[in-house]
Amino acid sequence: MMDHDNREKDAITNQSTTGHEWDGITELDTPLPRWWLYIFYACIAIAVVYWVLMPSWPLLNGYTKGVLGHSDRREVVTELNTLHSARAGDFERLQSVSFDAAIADPQLRQFGFAAGETAFNDNCRTCHGAGGGGVRGYPSLADNVWLWGGAPDDIEKTIRVGIRSSHPETRMSQMPAFGRDQLLTPSEIGNLTEYVLSISAAQKRIAPNLKAANAAAPIFLLQCASCHGVTGAGDRTTGAPSLQDDIWLYGDTRADIRQQIELGRAGVMPSWQSRFDPGTIRALAIYVYALGGGEKTPPPVAPANANEPTSAAPMPSDPGAKKTY
Amino acid sequence: MLNQSTASTHTGDAERIDVEAVNSQEARELYKKRTPIYPKIPSGRYRKLKWIMMAGMLAIYYITPWIRWDRGVDRPNQAAMIDFEHRRFYFFFIELWPQEIYFVTGLLILAALALFLFTALFGRVWCGYACPQTIWTDLFIHVERWIEGDRNARMRLDRAPPSLSKAAKKVTKHAIWLFIAVATGGAWVFYFGDAPTLLTEILTGKASVTIYLFVGILTFTTYALAGTMREQVCTYMCPWPRIQAAMMDHESLSVTYRKDRGEPRGAHKKDAIWEGRGDCIDCRQCIAVCPQGIDIRDGMQLECINCALCIDACDFVMAKVDRPLGLIGYNSELQSAQRAANQPFRLHIFRPRIILYSALILAISSFMVHQMVHRATLSIEVVRDRNPPFVRLADGSIRNSYAVKVLNKTYEPKIMEVTLEGLPIFTLSAFGEANRGARTIIVHATADSVTTTRIGLLAPPEALRTAPRKVTFVARDQVTQFEAKRPAAFVSGE
Repeated sequence: MMDHDNREKDAITNQSTTGHEWDGITELDTPLPRWWLYIFYACIAIAVVYWVLMPSWPLLNGYTKGVLGHSDRREVVTELNTLHSARAGDFERLQSVSFDAAIADPQLRQFGFAAGETAFNDNCRTCHGAGGGGVRGYPSLADNVWLWGGAPDDIEKTIRVGIRSSHPETRMSQMPAFGRDQLLTPSEIGNLTEYVLSISAAQKRIAPNLKAANAAAPIFLLQCASCHGVTGAGDRTTGAPSLQDDIWLYGDTRADIRQQIELGRAGVMPSWQSRFDPGTIRALAIYVYALGGGEKTPPPVAPANANEPTSAAPMPSDPGAKKTY
Repeated sequence: MLNQSTASTHTGDAERIDVEAVNSQEARELYKKRTPIYPKIPSGRYRKLKWIMMAGMLAIYYITPWIRWDRGVDRPNQAAMIDFEHRRFYFFFIELWPQEIYFVTGLLILAALALFLFTALFGRVWCGYACPQTIWTDLFIHVERWIEGDRNARMRLDRAPPSLSKAAKKVTKHAIWLFIAVATGGAWVFYFGDAPTLLTEILTGKASVTIYLFVGILTFTTYALAGTMREQVCTYMCPWPRIQAAMMDHESLSVTYRKDRGEPRGAHKKDAIWEGRGDCIDCRQCIAVCPQGIDIRDGMQLECINCALCIDACDFVMAKVDRPLGLIGYNSELQSAQRAANQPFRLHIFRPRIILYSALILAISSFMVHQMVHRATLSIEVVRDRNPPFVRLADGSIRNSYAVKVLNKTYEPKIMEVTLEGLPIFTLSAFGEANRGARTIIVHATADSVTTTRIGLLAPPEALRTAPRKVTFVARDQVTQFEAKRPAAFVSGE
């Protein structure tokens, strides 16, 4: 390529020089390898084609749109719309049948679980934790303790109307702050704490002071039994938790239980009706139900025979599907 | 041959060709335009062997996707197919799942070891006879020769001023090259889908953009690599010429010019005596036929692909001047050295590296066959939910949740009983309900797929202190009683 010129040549390499000289030092004018040049030219050519076809140059108010009229944003919108229309049929089917029928249908069950999982992770996980494990103040959705009912219909209603939310039909319950509002004296609260321990499964871990507990029995009947029941079994119609098990929303130590009697804390779950369409709420209910703590719509009367096989309905046979539940 | 020579002079009995080894190390320069190579066609046994190899390799490549293999209704009936969409690899009676990719890894390791073994024994036979670059370049050169004539005619044509007939020849050549290139790229995609369906789709414009894209890319690479780049691929791009030196030893065969017999070389007049001179009459036929543009007489070199065409060319000339054949031939380094020192030659087949490569090939292939024969057509995988690690239920029992996947590689649906090995006090629960404990969960495992079931494992409070950290799930085929087992962790917080 450099053969045509008659510039000065370097005596040792026989390579032409740039012609410049600094204190006797000259610079070799070594050409680029041809393969490199070809790739370089090809890149330039591709860049020019790209400018014409695709959005590329920024302008003062916008950018060059390109002949192909490509737009990433529009593509995402199109893809989302395609996705929504592809799922529309399944969502419709999900709403047209009962929960029992939806759960019995493997395909519908899988769809509900997958759609519910997505919605759960985007919206509910922040408070209820991954897999609905729950944290202090935010109930676990994976255990079998339900404040407002664990049947799919109950779960769906809770999601729809919320708890202590602004929805007109919201689920509502209130625990008085017996300590803060000075409804009971500190010693009465202390005795009541022992009483609550003595009727709960927590007594296996924490030995209650039975004398103090007995002293608080009349207070419990007077102040607590109206919601929590005489035996402390709780009441789902009012959202009053059972005090008999060893599941505690605000902590499971003696101090935690005492503090809850003093402060009567209660969380808020927003109503999701305005945020989700009914199909998504259905899917969410199926997902939460599937987390493992769900209940049959009428709770089973007799305990299941442990030796009798439980049948899991057949699963869909799409080998490409990542998860089939 | 005698009438074609404008650029040739006679050296006695054989024609001397005015040709330079343009691609030899010394003649090559990165900054220089490629000097075209016009390989002349020799005739002889290696040329014949290369024809047979080319036909065989191309036949394997083009015919394989069209071989049918019945697998029953609704299943691909193509003998060899990589089905990315459904994640299956079919090869005649073998069907591999993505989990079994190690079989493919094993095959690749075997292929590499076989390459090492053949290189250790016979030198670069892969380069010379089997490499796609060699085969397609050879094919393209034959097309070129068919359209434009042999070496001298092609050189004349390239030097000739532009004319209609020159243009016609060039256009025809490139058109045929492109056709072969499209056919090459087109055949490749048949390995990834049902060939007859794909062919119809491609021809009617209904195939996916990806298909056309791959055909396009492979058309371009075939055309560029075999048509225009040729020996440059071997010289500049391919790593194998660099690696192969490590695979060879002193007894590996390679195409060699016998210096001890050939030198001193020089032109030879007819009826002149052969005493005091070598057999090489410097006719340069070996350079003229070389597709790599080198001179084999310079010794072993990276650019040489051991295609053996120079052997044919030299043998032809040696026969003509009535000297023994094999001035250029397959020799080992040791053989050449011993011959030069007048020592008797003995070939050692059982060299350490030959034994090592053979042993490795034998061990790996028998291991793979064993694995293939004994691979389970039913198996389970158990994935424990990590979050929450465990759930405490109202009665104080602990539940861990698992995704139990039954892999049914057979073509019939299976009814599987999923249960727990030992631990009679533990119970299992299926979808949703925690309080419906059972010892066995029935899973209807669909044919040729993975069936995933969410299963909860419940440990009652009284079992927690002694609960093991590992449990074993068992999936039992209700009909054959075949059992697949998989251990999983159990976490209770105790």
